[in-house]
Amino acid sequence: MAGLATTFGSGAMTNSINEIPDAEMLFLIGTNTTEAHPVIGYKMREAKRKGAKLVVVDPRRTDLARIADYWLRLKPGTDIPLLNGIMHIILQEGLQDQQFISERTENFEALAKTVKDYQPDVVSSITGVPVEDLYAVARLYATTDKAMLFYTLGITEHICGTDNVMSIANLAMLTGHLGRPCTGVNPLRGQNNVQGACDMGALPNVFSGYQKVIDPVVRAKFEEAWGVSLPENPGLVIADMFEKAHTGELKAMYILGENPVLTDPNSNHIRSGLEKLDFLVVHELFLTETAEYADVVLPAASFAETEGTFTSTERRVQRVRKAIEPLPVLANWQTVIKLSQRMGYPMSYATPEEVWTEMASLTPSLAGINYQRLESDGIQWPCPTSEHPGTAFLHAGAFTRGKGLFQGIDHIPPGEVPDDEYPFLLSTGRILYHYNVTTPYSPGIHSMWSEEASEMNPDDAAKLGLATGDKVKVTSRRGDCVTNILVTDRVPPGMLWMSFHYANSPANALTSAVLDPVTKTGEYKVCAIKIEKI
Amino acid sequence: MNLVKLTINSREVEVQSGTTILKAAEKIGIDIPRLCYDDDLSPVGACRLCMVEVKGARSLVPACVTAVSPGMVVETESPVVIESRRTTLNLLISNHPLDCLICEKLGDCGLAEYCYKYGVKESTFQGERHDYVIEENNSFIIRDLNKCIQCGKCIRACDEWTGIHNLDFIYRGFDVKPATALDSTYVDSECVFCGNCVTVCPTGALTEKQMKRQGRRWEVQKVKTTCPFCGTGCNFDLNVKDGRITGVTANRTSIVNGRALCVKGHYGWDFVQNEKRLTTPLIKKDGEFMPATWDEALDLIANRLKGIKEQYGPDAFAALSSARCTNEENYLVQKFTRAVMGTNSVDHCART
Ligand code: SF4
Ligand code: SF4
Ligand code: SF4
Ligand code: FES
Repeated sequence: MAGLATTFGSGAMTNSINEIPDAEMLFLIGTNTTEAHPVIGYKMREAKRKGAKLVVVDPRRTDLARIADYWLRLKPGTDIPLLNGIMHIILQEGLQDQQFISERTENFEALAKTVKDYQPDVVSSITGVPVEDLYAVARLYATTDKAMLFYTLGITEHICGTDNVMSIANLAMLTGHLGRPCTGVNPLRGQNNVQGACDMGALPNVFSGYQKVIDPVVRAKFEEAWGVSLPENPGLVIADMFEKAHTGELKAMYILGENPVLTDPNSNHIRSGLEKLDFLVVHELFLTETAEYADVVLPAASFAETEGTFTSTERRVQRVRKAIEPLPVLANWQTVIKLSQRMGYPMSYATPEEVWTEMASLTPSLAGINYQRLESDGIQWPCPTSEHPGTAFLHAGAFTRGKGLFQGIDHIPPGEVPDDEYPFLLSTGRILYHYNVTTPYSPGIHSMWSEEASEMNPDDAAKLGLATGDKVKVTSRRGDCVTNILVTDRVPPGMLWMSFHYANSPANALTSAVLDPVTKTGEYKVCAIKIEKI
Repeated sequence: MNLVKLTINSREVEVQSGTTILKAAEKIGIDIPRLCYDDDLSPVGACRLCMVEVKGARSLVPACVTAVSPGMVVETESPVVIESRRTTLNLLISNHPLDCLICEKLGDCGLAEYCYKYGVKESTFQGERHDYVIEENNSFIIRDLNKCIQCGKCIRACDEWTGIHNLDFIYRGFDVKPATALDSTYVDSECVFCGNCVTVCPTGALTEKQMKRQGRRWEVQKVKTTCPFCGTGCNFDLNVKDGRITGVTANRTSIVNGRALCVKGHYGWDFVQNEKRLTTPLIKKDGEFMPATWDEALDLIANRLKGIKEQYGPDAFAALSSARCTNEENYLVQKFTRAVMGTNSVDHCART
């Protein structure tokens, strides 16, 4: 979320899910919402039924692309020229919101200078999107009052993911689509509590509520509350952890409820990193691919076995309630407390509510939220005081950082493109029936959709002599795997599309180790491969 | 907005013009029986159970689709109304298997509830009966159209909530039924197995396979919680009996999703009770995992981490927290990493 944090000073979904049915235009960039966030997808279909215009930018013909007013089938990795091209047209036709730009933003000149070079015909040839569609979508977005922008993994999982996000933010600011209901820049977060994990400070550079570890005032506050002195340098992001495991500087890891071997790009590199550690603790529901490398595996409790809270993609903190006793006897919060005590640091919370209370007392943006207030509907942060109702949409009147910062952003081609040896493009994503690592353990869901099927365009299938159901070996510069083929024109020629949910065809053995330089997000979306029938 | 005054069961009520009789009655605590009406679906006036008497009208009127008018005088439980309801129910069960003893919907079945209320126990109409094969070829939904009363709620939920129009009525007269495009089973249709049709179905025609013979509707305790499968943040009820989860049902008070769910939220919960779940700590000895007690495992971890910290310094340790776990768990993991281990190296997998 670094991109939005730079532009606005805050990196979350600006608006709310229940504003969707009232929107007049939905502009979706790289989000297959009906599969990744189905109920949000329902609301998008509802908006469409009520007359909203729908624009879908995606190389794949997703469900929403099928019903879209404009489906822009761009070439993978060309989001930035597309967005710059749209902004070029808006400026060329004078459709920008001049008042918003002068009152609420800064650095507009840099943007104007950059997008000047993105002439519609040039953009069309880079992206593959027809010039007429560029004009139509630019005019539609600029002239529609209630227009919401959405994006998800598709746009952040690129080498230039952060730049993509900033480009989207540029577009929204240029047309004043911020700080009001049914507008905004809306990243749809993938995992159920990825928003909350970030909010709680499970990040190497910030404490809870994005309070920076390098800030001495912040550190002093936490030092006093926690009764210890705290490290001042930011820690390692996940990709650097595995690097340092390789070089031997990192000796021990504790991994709670994650399966990086299956879900992170370039899994072979992760496996060998884990092997090098002196000591690995994995705290998990199942003996996952990652847990196999552990010295000690701790059994975890599921969401149904604990009290607590999750924070959804719209910043809504909601209660998680215990329905059954923890199968391993200890809930995860109890396990961390016991471990801490054994290490000589006292933690003495009787309930998760007491944990929340401590956190809220140290975190201004969440200070007004307590369990009583969460009883019925949850609350959207920021919520600074116990009288504050919570915040349905951000940036009304002013941005978190004061003025919105325009940035001129140029096109960075994908880190790895197809060539003679690896002639296909691999793209990975989520499918409806699965959710990273837990759903394959759902007997019901597994029985219905148990095998990976990789999507291939009929033209390519004909050239390679493949039919639906055939098995192929897929090889990249980093590894290989075997998968079944599904022949469909959902994908364009030259592309193979795989999901990353199945251990027996681990797509992440193939994906690229090239990382976004700012967020260190792996480039899951674009990587070059070859395909052989077996 | 204009206000309209009317009288229902001798009590005065004032509502906005355009309000239906059914809603006006609700306002003063009078519950009018309904089978095809649902607050969260568009009204169609199909089942005729909500018929009420309006003074001066030539016949009974359906309360769910009739707007109030000024001075209207309504009776919702007069003898002719009750007679009409008994006839409607009588007709509905004339072609309905009365196997309530083993029906999964009992306790949450609109048809059984109203038959109970109006003392209708068997049909006096003897006629032809359907003999549809019960559809069980998917993992989530059992479809027994012998129990269908053609209320059409499943069709509307699929259209209006899920938005995919997988169902519509086909055939005519006696044979009319809600069906997929080619009258195929759900598996062979465009169905996405959200189960929203199951949620609204007022009879045993659509039921949750996972809940079959796991407990009666009134035996389960419902625990409202937040879905663990995506960032939308839908809420639903975990149904619990004897310390085990029996299924998920929708909870109307859910602020984000109402009663709409997707296949993951509705049916993915069963990973919780997968027999492969780990229940005790495991310690690797000579390459093999051996079961251990919590004390053994935690002592070992504490000793090794202390040793590594002393020998190599705090930055030799890193933690990965989880975007699947609760806020409180994440807070504790980052606190442990920073306050106990003395490093800021804490992150989680999805940086998106
Ligand atoms: S399960 Fe969902 S998609 Fe399938 S028929 Fe029912 S409502 Fe429609
Ligand atoms: S299946 Fe259920 S919801 Fe659908 S028409 Fe029949 S009774 Fe009504
Ligand atoms: S029910 Fe479906 S859409 Fe709703 S939170 Fe769960 S997975 Fe997401
Ligand atoms: S509830 Fe009014 S006609 Fe069915």
